[in-house]
Amino acid sequence: MRIACPFCGERESGEFTYLGDASPKRPNFAVDSVAGPEPAEDAFYDYVYLRDNVAGVMREYWYHGGGCRSWLIAERNTVTHEFGSVTAAPGAGATKLAQAGE
Amino acid sequence: MKYSIFSLAKAALSGHKGWTRAWRDPAPKNHYDVVIIGGGGHGLATAYFLAREYGIRNVAVLEKGWIGSGNAGRNTTIIRSNYGLPGNTGFYELSMKLWERMEQDLNYNAMVSQRGIINLYHSDAQRDAFARRGNTMRINGIDAELLDAAQIRKELPFLNYDSARFPIMGGLAQRRAGTARHDAVVWGYARAADQRGVDIIQNCEVTGFTRINGRISGVETTRGTISAGKVGMAVAGNTSRVAAMAGMKLPIESHVLQAFVSEAIKPLIPGVITFGAGHFYISQSDKGGLVFGGDLDGYNSYAQRGNMPVVEDVCEGGMAVMPMIGRVRMLRQWGGIMDMSMDGTPIIDKTPIDGLYLNAGWCYGGFKATPASGLAFAHLLARDEPHSEAALFRLDRFRRGAMIDEKGQGAQPNLH
Repeated sequence: MRIACPFCGERESGEFTYLGDASPKRPNFAVDSVAGPEPAEDAFYDYVYLRDNVAGVMREYWYHGGGCRSWLIAERNTVTHEFGSVTAAPGAGATKLAQAGE
Repeated sequence: MKYSIFSLAKAALSGHKGWTRAWRDPAPKNHYDVVIIGGGGHGLATAYFLAREYGIRNVAVLEKGWIGSGNAGRNTTIIRSNYGLPGNTGFYELSMKLWERMEQDLNYNAMVSQRGIINLYHSDAQRDAFARRGNTMRINGIDAELLDAAQIRKELPFLNYDSARFPIMGGLAQRRAGTARHDAVVWGYARAADQRGVDIIQNCEVTGFTRINGRISGVETTRGTISAGKVGMAVAGNTSRVAAMAGMKLPIESHVLQAFVSEAIKPLIPGVITFGAGHFYISQSDKGGLVFGGDLDGYNSYAQRGNMPVVEDVCEGGMAVMPMIGRVRMLRQWGGIMDMSMDGTPIIDKTPIDGLYLNAGWCYGGFKATPASGLAFAHLLARDEPHSEAALFRLDRFRRGAMIDEKGQGAQPNLH
């Protein structure tokens, strides 16, 4: 696999570290626990342990540790290993810089 | 047909023309008491034990390809029971005991060879951890032996003892561990299950579940709808996909693990060796090829093939521990899809859906578990309660915080 880093260009996948599915969102304890401890617990259980384990195109986090050290979100087909778009992860420093025009 | 030295001699004298097929090729019936999805080692072993131990013979094993075409035919054939945590220790020892009598039970040569495993250690801390694991094993009646460098050098003189970075200080040996012929295990269980009335139906992919009042009542397949009293899933690698047909989301990710075999050479490695400073393990098949592997590739995959960085990593591990491996040529390399659970430990349990049972999350330790997995899953299917040695492999352990995390990595499947 080769990954087209938006900052560094196409690099071999060994430069990157994988985190996994980008879709689970960390629950906001302050909000979710208002309804009681049970719903918050359920939300965290879902976030920490349960996975869609997509067979097909999945949005996932990759970290370019061997390059620009940016967190990226890549679209990749888990059945064929084919990559789609690769963009900076929202909130990553590089994105903020890009938005500020630097 | 009973296999023996006499049947072999008789067939040899008649030009090997007298062999009959080892199992039938039946068309699916309309109804079975138990339908098992997945004709790998675990599914076939489950069917065998259902018929032999629990008297349930109206059983079908549905396989989307040919039996043993998944991970049962892709693993590195190692069997061992050197686990340290409650839940694992007893379960894998049960499996080891079943391996030891499997060939007699099945009347099939599975080439079970107890040639031993040595896990090398390379630091004081690792020695302490291995001593602890060895003690845990011995307390539980499992053989374990802590060896120092001089003892290992006598057995395995070809290793790189004086590496400045990863000196070999010793190892933990389990002499009863070894290897078995993975395809023969599949065929042996298939034949023995078939003899007891189990229908093994190949080229039959499950495409959905049928339900009556919420309860699973059968499966839809590429060869028609089959009704079932109970349905068991033994589809490691594709568990999430099959569970999704029933509307379930599981604590499992699918990852690719690569394995490698070299050209055949004369006998060199007596048992199984693992490198403790990286992730590398190696044994030699009876054909002479060096069979080895290492880490997962690390990203979710259903592709049954991996990528170069891990090939490089595995070969580096090999060169570090056993430099002469650089002189043999690699023959083949392949990938299998691992059912990576969130704590690195399997699941054998009922699902929240009535009539649907789960055997999953084998990570990359499924092969050695084959007989015990079959027995425990058969017990669960027959009795509706967990087998005593698999009682901790529950689906709800993640919610209860009762993880069995042998490696201590937390909920990060690609690190287990």
